[in-house]
Amino acid sequence: MTSVSPTEFRVPPVDAVALDTRAAELATRSIKKDAKRDGLRMVVSMTDLTTLEGMDSPGKVRALCQKAKLPLATDPSLGPVGAVCVYPDLVSVAVEALEGTGVQVAAVATAFPSGRSSREVKLEDTKMAVDAGATEIDMVIDRGAFLAGQYGLVFDEICAVKEACGDAHLKVILETGELRTYDNVRRASRIALLAGADFIKTSTGKVSPASTMPVVLLMLESVRDHYLETGRLVGVKAAGGIKTAKQALRYLVMVNETVGDHWLDPNYFRFGASSLLNDVLMQWVRLTSGTYQRPEDFSKD
Amino acid sequence: MARVEVKKTYKLFVGGKFPRSESGRSYQPAGAPQVNVPRGSRKDLRDAVVAARKGYGDWSGRTGYNRGQIVYRLAEMLETRKDSLAEEIRACTDSTAAAAKKETESVIDLTTWYAGLCDKLQSLLGSQNSVSGPFFNFSTVEPTGVVTVIAPNQPSLLGLFGVMLPVLVGGNSVIALVSEDAPLAGMALGELLAVSDVPGGVVNLLCGKRDELEPQIASHRDIDAILKAGKPDPAMGEAAADSVKRVRYADLSDPQWKKPAEMRSLLWVEPFVEVKTFWHPVAY
Repeated sequence: MTSVSPTEFRVPPVDAVALDTRAAELATRSIKKDAKRDGLRMVVSMTDLTTLEGMDSPGKVRALCQKAKLPLATDPSLGPVGAVCVYPDLVSVAVEALEGTGVQVAAVATAFPSGRSSREVKLEDTKMAVDAGATEIDMVIDRGAFLAGQYGLVFDEICAVKEACGDAHLKVILETGELRTYDNVRRASRIALLAGADFIKTSTGKVSPASTMPVVLLMLESVRDHYLETGRLVGVKAAGGIKTAKQALRYLVMVNETVGDHWLDPNYFRFGASSLLNDVLMQWVRLTSGTYQRPEDFSKD
Repeated sequence: MARVEVKKTYKLFVGGKFPRSESGRSYQPAGAPQVNVPRGSRKDLRDAVVAARKGYGDWSGRTGYNRGQIVYRLAEMLETRKDSLAEEIRACTDSTAAAAKKETESVIDLTTWYAGLCDKLQSLLGSQNSVSGPFFNFSTVEPTGVVTVIAPNQPSLLGLFGVMLPVLVGGNSVIALVSEDAPLAGMALGELLAVSDVPGGVVNLLCGKRDELEPQIASHRDIDAILKAGKPDPAMGEAAADSVKRVRYADLSDPQWKKPAEMRSLLWVEPFVEVKTFWHPVAY
């Protein structure tokens, strides 16, 4: 297991006012016509179509996978999406439905969403998902330990889960809505990056506020700094609270302006969302047909 | 020192709020070239549709009785503002003080008439049907959805209420395009709706150029029906056909528009409700 000195977890404080201002500035760009069309296509390819509810069923997951393969039946040129994200017990259903399509199967693990369980249970949870065929694991950090200042514990746990993942990509959910300060977000990002995360992800989607522009900007900066330091490229996933195509395009602008167009790739930037895709499809059809669309005309799942 | 009068900036009314046009544009209506009013854009229309769709869930779910109370409250508010509304009518037209007063009073009377109609719609438009078998068979009416009404140019306020009220009392949410040439009284209506307990988004008021907005209204897929004052318009019907939108025309002559009695009819409400028929076994 990797070991680092605790001094490695120290981060410079965040200038909150400057961060908010920069994020707000990046939200003012106007994206129209062809750029919008390309942007929407990119958003679709970066979407982790997600269903994380107690009432999920194999049928619902199969329907979601169908939508992941072919988001818009009237336009096969669009899609597929980046991944389908489900609970571990439904991974096998998704794997079967998505076989041979190139769509990844992501599973949330480690006692998602609260992360309140023993290390053993969390690792078993991860192994269960990997054994069922998940190619991406979305883990949650131990926020209790993090907020108590036990950064080493958080670090060790990410390392252990990374090992349990094997070849599967590891996304580390920071749950920024529970971290309270930008400084904490920067520190949690740093810990996850040092521990070998392939992606750092904002939220579970179960806590509000979920993904916000300043928080994602901060995480992108952390990822950039990590790249400059180590040469390793790590992705960012913005999850929760992104509901409209317009918001998603603003995130793409931010990615491009902060870390550069190399990150404008499903391997390095993702949206975790369930309702975002339909709004993107509505905008897509509007660009093609010229008429405003009706939400009911697009399948909910 | 002489007091400086505070002039009102007329705004749109969308989702219970008073935004300027997102386009930043305004125009000087033909009836009152000294006043700037917002010139609503396609985006304003789209925002209004989103607001109306949100408001629809609340409004359509209320009982007819409650809708009646709220529409009656609107009449109360109109009564307190009738002088200023009459002035706003006169500011855009050459009508006399007496005629403007009469128009506002007609508007108030029409509003109370429709308030009373709210809880009677089910009895008047629904029915219990006799069927062969041990079943009850009921037909009930439900609102159509989001309806856009396009008011006549004149009379500016009575015409607006004539097309808006029958749609509203049926439980639909309304996007109203007010008189293009005389929009002042219509745009002031938002100030009354906002204090009448009409939930935000249930009535949205836009003003702007007909030529610009009508094709968008016709083609927007999330608008369920249109009531347009004026002669049947084949272009609008064609554009609306793609989304199977119901289009009705209030084709009244100028003298007819001035007679409130012309507007007091169930026939105005009926096109904007859907009949649902259901069977229920007779219990023994």
